[in-house]
Amino acid sequence: MEPYIDIKNLSKHYGDIKAVDGLSMHVMPGDIYGFLGPNGSGKSTTIRMLLSLIRPTSGQIFLFGHDLAVDRYRTLSRVGALIEKPDFYSYLTARKNLEILGRLSKVHNLKARIDEVLVMVGLLDRAQSRVRTFSLGMKQRLGIAQALLHKPDLIILDEPTNGLDPQGQKEIRDLVKTLSQEGNITILISSHVLYEIEQIANRMVIISNGKALVEGNVHDLINGDDRQVTYILENPDPVRQVILGTPWETKFQKSSPDRVWFKITKDEIPVLTAFLIEKGIRIYAIEPVRSLEDFFLQLTDNEAAN
Amino acid sequence: MRQLINIELYKIFTKPRTYIGFGAIFIIIVAIEIGIKIKGDEMFAMLIESLSDKFVFEGKLINMYGVAYIILNTLWIHVPILVALVTGDLLAGEANSGTYRILLTRPISRIKLIISKFIAGWVYTLLLIILMILLSTVVGWILFGPGDLLVMTTKVSILSSDDVIWRFFSAYGYGLLCMTTVGAMSYLLSALSDNSIGPIIGTIAMIIGITVISTVGASLLKPVLPFFFTTYLTSWQKFFEPDFAIKMVSHDILIQFIYIFGFFFITLFYFRKKDILS
Repeated sequence: MEPYIDIKNLSKHYGDIKAVDGLSMHVMPGDIYGFLGPNGSGKSTTIRMLLSLIRPTSGQIFLFGHDLAVDRYRTLSRVGALIEKPDFYSYLTARKNLEILGRLSKVHNLKARIDEVLVMVGLLDRAQSRVRTFSLGMKQRLGIAQALLHKPDLIILDEPTNGLDPQGQKEIRDLVKTLSQEGNITILISSHVLYEIEQIANRMVIISNGKALVEGNVHDLINGDDRQVTYILENPDPVRQVILGTPWETKFQKSSPDRVWFKITKDEIPVLTAFLIEKGIRIYAIEPVRSLEDFFLQLTDNEAAN
Repeated sequence: MRQLINIELYKIFTKPRTYIGFGAIFIIIVAIEIGIKIKGDEMFAMLIESLSDKFVFEGKLINMYGVAYIILNTLWIHVPILVALVTGDLLAGEANSGTYRILLTRPISRIKLIISKFIAGWVYTLLLIILMILLSTVVGWILFGPGDLLVMTTKVSILSSDDVIWRFFSAYGYGLLCMTTVGAMSYLLSALSDNSIGPIIGTIAMIIGITVISTVGASLLKPVLPFFFTTYLTSWQKFFEPDFAIKMVSHDILIQFIYIFGFFFITLFYFRKKDILS
């Protein structure tokens, strides 16, 4: 299967500053692909190059198998995008904004399609309101509506939950999941909010200083190696005794008056839990310390150290 | 392409700032005409006082043509500001409001976008000039009626009323050409900037600056003055020479066209490769 996005050794330099430095990544059809990195890591620059807003210094971008530099029109007609802030012609209504963008994308039966996307993002009742009266959350939803307008195969969302309250963030995440599952749309979503990517993406790349640190399946990356798990208990002493001479002894990390830490894989959590319960240990809570956040921080720390 | 031009025109004419130009032209012209209607005879008597011992003036010298001529003289500094107000915003306005991002991620050519915006800006300039013509002639006709045109430059000429209409249309046509040059310059500055204040102020500053430098340092700049487009902004007056011939303005027209194409192609070249960072 051909990747929808195939970036090969992409770089963008501004004088001595390397905003993107030899980045390669691949988004496959059907992916919700997380594009993760700290602020200033080159995510937005990469996305702008993907949408031909910025010219790369070197490297190649293939969208749907076509070289973007050669076949810009055909490829962009299959892409919807929302980049950073959702900005519109604020003196026009939501419907008028979509009408202008729909005409530029040559959308057939435009009026009906506008109604459709406004229903999808829950803004149909505000179609005739000027965009300047919209809240940030509403603008963000209108941004997604414009990205969907021409029925794209691929949607690129650059930090779509930025500035939204938790409810707004959840709405956007739910919408992204729905679009992927029901609309069969491939989605590239950039974020520095790690929890967000963990919640919705199936594959991801982590970048730092314009370089890809790791790319792969979110589940595999998070669960591929050991993590710390905290068991909150009444008393840690019996735990130390019951694990003596068992394989868990080597996985024991440390203890405090009300908890113990083990370094185990995700698959070992239920096994160890069952073992402790069987031995009569009363467990109040289990907290996985290792998350995407830890994984991310470990990777970026290593990169900084190198 | 037509679709793009229509969209750009729609955006221009739904923006409140566009109507500042039309409103300003309306207020200035109507105010001048009412002023002349009330105080015109007095002003005109003062103006021709030195000539009255040598000439005998008969008939209505304050008429729609005379007033239109005065308006043309008055507005040559105002109209560039009003033109720049819209053309300076065409590209910088998109950068400032962040709408480049939704516009240029559509499958449209940057070259076509630049051409469409330029044409839309030119249509606005044309409508501004048409409004000037309508207000100065129609309102002038209602208030003053027709008559012969007295033109006082370095010499005094009187043009009969049946000989002035073509001169006015030619002068307005030339004015449109000059304003297209101003618009093209403002458009270039708009491409270079991410804020529309810069191109608007920049355009006015350049026109006034070059004009002042050209006047103050006329002797020093004499060799290059023929190459400044600002040198020819007032060449519309040549159409009111009694012995006017097209060769009197052909060089002036050529210079304006060179500047229009120059500004336009620099804009096109620059914008085609511009990184959209806004």
